Amino acid sequence: MTDLSMPHTETRTQSATGKIALRWLLYVLLGLFALYYLMPLFVMLTTSLKSLEEIRTGSLISLPREVSFDAWKTAWSGACTGIQCEGLRPYFWNSVLIAVPAVAISTLLGALNGYVVAQWRFKGANIIFSLMLFGCFIPFQVVLLPMARLLGMMGIAGTIPGLIFVHVIYGLGFTTLFFRNYYVTIPAELTKAARVDGAGFLRIFWSIFLPLSLPIIVVTVIWQFTQIWNDFLFGVSFSQAGTQPVTVALNNIVNSTTGVKEYNVDMAAAIIAGLPTLLVYVVAGKYFIRGLTAGSVKG
Amino acid sequence: MKRFVFATASTLAVVAGTSVLAEPQAEVLHWWTSGGEAKSVAVLQEEFASNGGTWTDMPVAGGGGDAAMTALRARVLAGNAPTAVQLKGPAIQEWYEEGVLADISSVAEAEGWADVLPASIAGHMMCEGTWCAAPVNVHRVDWIWANADVLAANGIEMPTTWDEFNAAATKLMDAGVIPLAHGGQSWQDATVFEAVVLGIGGPEFYQKALVDLDPEALTSDTMVQVFDQMRMMRGYVDENFSGRDWNLATAMVMNGEAAFQIMGDWAKGEFLAAGKKPGEDFLCASTPGDGYLYNVDSFAMFNVDGDDKKAGQDLLAKLIVAPNFQKVFNLNKGSIPARTDVALDDFDICANLSAEDMGSTSAAGSLLPSYAHGMALRGSQSGAITDVVTAHFNSEMSSADAVQQLADAVANSY
Amino acid sequence: MSEWLENHLPKVVLAPSFIAVLIFVYGFIGWTAWVSLTRSKLLPKYEIKGFIQYERLFDSPRWDTAINNLYIFGALFIVIAMVLGLLLAILLDQKIRVEGAIRTIYLYPMALSMIVTGTAWKWILNPGLGIESMVQGWGFTNFKFDWLVNPDYAIYTIVMAAIWQSSGFVMALFLAGLRSVDGEIIKAAQVDGIPTWRIYTAIIIPSMAPIFLSAFIVLAHLAIKSFDLVIALTGGGPGYATDLPATYMYAMAFSRGDIGQAASSAMIMMLVVFAIVVPYLYSELRAKND
Repeated sequence: MTDLSMPHTETRTQSATGKIALRWLLYVLLGLFALYYLMPLFVMLTTSLKSLEEIRTGSLISLPREVSFDAWKTAWSGACTGIQCEGLRPYFWNSVLIAVPAVAISTLLGALNGYVVAQWRFKGANIIFSLMLFGCFIPFQVVLLPMARLLGMMGIAGTIPGLIFVHVIYGLGFTTLFFRNYYVTIPAELTKAARVDGAGFLRIFWSIFLPLSLPIIVVTVIWQFTQIWNDFLFGVSFSQAGTQPVTVALNNIVNSTTGVKEYNVDMAAAIIAGLPTLLVYVVAGKYFIRGLTAGSVKG
Repeated sequence: MKRFVFATASTLAVVAGTSVLAEPQAEVLHWWTSGGEAKSVAVLQEEFASNGGTWTDMPVAGGGGDAAMTALRARVLAGNAPTAVQLKGPAIQEWYEEGVLADISSVAEAEGWADVLPASIAGHMMCEGTWCAAPVNVHRVDWIWANADVLAANGIEMPTTWDEFNAAATKLMDAGVIPLAHGGQSWQDATVFEAVVLGIGGPEFYQKALVDLDPEALTSDTMVQVFDQMRMMRGYVDENFSGRDWNLATAMVMNGEAAFQIMGDWAKGEFLAAGKKPGEDFLCASTPGDGYLYNVDSFAMFNVDGDDKKAGQDLLAKLIVAPNFQKVFNLNKGSIPARTDVALDDFDICANLSAEDMGSTSAAGSLLPSYAHGMALRGSQSGAITDVVTAHFNSEMSSADAVQQLADAVANSY
Repeated sequence: MSEWLENHLPKVVLAPSFIAVLIFVYGFIGWTAWVSLTRSKLLPKYEIKGFIQYERLFDSPRWDTAINNLYIFGALFIVIAMVLGLLLAILLDQKIRVEGAIRTIYLYPMALSMIVTGTAWKWILNPGLGIESMVQGWGFTNFKFDWLVNPDYAIYTIVMAAIWQSSGFVMALFLAGLRSVDGEIIKAAQVDGIPTWRIYTAIIIPSMAPIFLSAFIVLAHLAIKSFDLVIALTGGGPGYATDLPATYMYAMAFSRGDIGQAASSAMIMMLVVFAIVVPYLYSELRAKND
């Protein structure tokens, strides 16, 4: 732990009042930054609670004169995303069906891969790992067309399993990286001792490594869930009627180019679409830092 | 994972195997998602359903159809094309050349489309002599909209030449009114540009420059004059125009902040939705000069397997061009029917003006496709022109430089 | 047999992922390279026509703008997000009472996609609606903040929003790093009377070198892939002043039906990625062989 607010700094040059002033400055600074980060969310939230009339006439940054949750209701179950006006609800469920298995599978594969690369080094393992890592950086626009072709050949084009498959493939690089960096910090002697005791490859993974992995699992799950839930490009390209994720529906509500723009509904829809990831960050944020601290960031 | 894949594949195979009943089916990819548009499409869906069909909706909004086109490419490459797709202009022929469009000539001939559609619009629906798309509507693009009160208060008439327009704009600026409501998005810049090309150069010049891409026309003095006028236009917009959505610009005309807007007739829907009356609260006229620039929405049918889907395509094509849908849809959307035999009694004066001009310009040969809305050119050429137009409009580039860049960009776009 | 399996199990476990990456990353890069040599328009064609697409690319003023923007955007974004992230981490590491809440506030933008926050940013940065009109409303009528609509400055608003989105994540990385520095060393330094700022610059920050590297890689990857951000905030405008290679490529491939051109721009992007990532991989591997 870095612990720089130790009392004996004041025995040097700083007086007690100076220290209090510094402390205040610190909080003011932190508060100002908090404002910067909160501003867009504030605008979205207040706009979603205003009536259209008030949005047209009032200032963007003012608080709503009259709080109304109508826009939220419309966004959830009434906004038109095409000829169906059922709001985000059906698409929300599609996103869950895509994100949950894709996160689970890519995390499990990442854990196994990381375990192999970090603890069972064989000839060429380094090269395999770096080749996989490079995969993290490929711009997704590049893969759209060939991927569409292959999904068609596999017979899963436009389906939810198809979308899960795509997300798992392009998540592998990062999940493997996270677990590899975590498992590298676990002494190789542990594996060796377990092998002497007669434990096999999977046994060691299951009873020794997996129980140690909670912090990094949290990090990986947060990362993957954010990426997959927020994905638009794959969602719009590899879906068909009935399998479109929530980001595509949100885009349909927000980005239609004609007609009267209902900004309050747009904003409410945007917040609803972002709620699951927000929730994950708020609830698991603490474990996120812990997980990172636990070694994932060490090269 | 693999087992998962196989399981899904075999399920799909079973589903495909059992659907032998030829009940019309259609999965329709479109980008009409906003309230008014969605209602208009819903009319079609209801008619489709009442004729025994099952409509599966596949809406993808954004970027004037860019996102939908992304989805379409992925679906076609995957061998999983939607049944019907909102497509327009030369893009129809481009897709036809890829060998993925279905022939709907049997429906078109049975319904006598050739007799009820204007020749130039019918031309867009044909691929090498066969019918490959069904037109939904005709939008006029070269409209100028105005706030009636603002014009009256400043003693201004609807301009009929660009000089009159410039004089009016100067007067309005002196009076503290923004002359031109405009949104700085590249397609809006292009919309103003093509109206200026048509107005200053005339229909023949427009045809040469923006349809035939004749290098001489592109580098001519007339084109320099067009860019000079665009530079003037830049002075008539307020300083916050960049990135503004077109409907917000329309709102500026509505509330008197600005006097004019140059925009297609979808802008009329905004006025009407706000309870404004054409001819009283707001005025509509064609932009100064002769001619008529059209933007025709249409649906193309893709090659699909299964009698039920083929039946769906035929039914859909028939319903789209049938008088009832043409009327109801266009009343909702602000455009006019593509077929000329629909009575326009229920339409407003702007729509009637549009229909009248369509008839006269069609006879005079000045009924022209809009380049800004993808009717005149293929994507790479129209995109190259728009790049130059928007770069010129948003910088200090001289007209001579712009003309040179225009010629280079077009040459580099093939 | 089972002994063979036991010995080769690690490779067997790794194999499916590796094969998938070979096909879906390297196979596709190869595919793109091939297509970039063709005259593909609406759909890919496979007849090689030479380097014409690259010539067209380098003749295009819009591509020039896009690649210049990538340098400006990438450099500013990476440097500022790192500095800000480090600063916030240090500030937050001073035994702050409501650390959990503040940390969440700094971190949440990463949770939201730009499709979600783009509209709000557009309003805030719009001179007629957002900050400029608000400050002018307070009486500072000369206040000007019109970067969003100014072709020369619009790219900096993209930087601002990008930093807003990612700096919290960088802060989390650095905070984790600060928390894992050996406390004994710091205590010893304090006992020796070394001033706080010296402890940071001389002891703590240098010990976090691997984190700088990780942060750099995460940020570089975000910078190169930046796409939603531009589309949501400026749509590439004013004009095409805020185009980035990713948006250029998307426009060519999907709105213009010029897939050959898109493929050539993708290959140049891949080269840039390669130039950044290979040194990183090299250092990763070397560290491992130690």
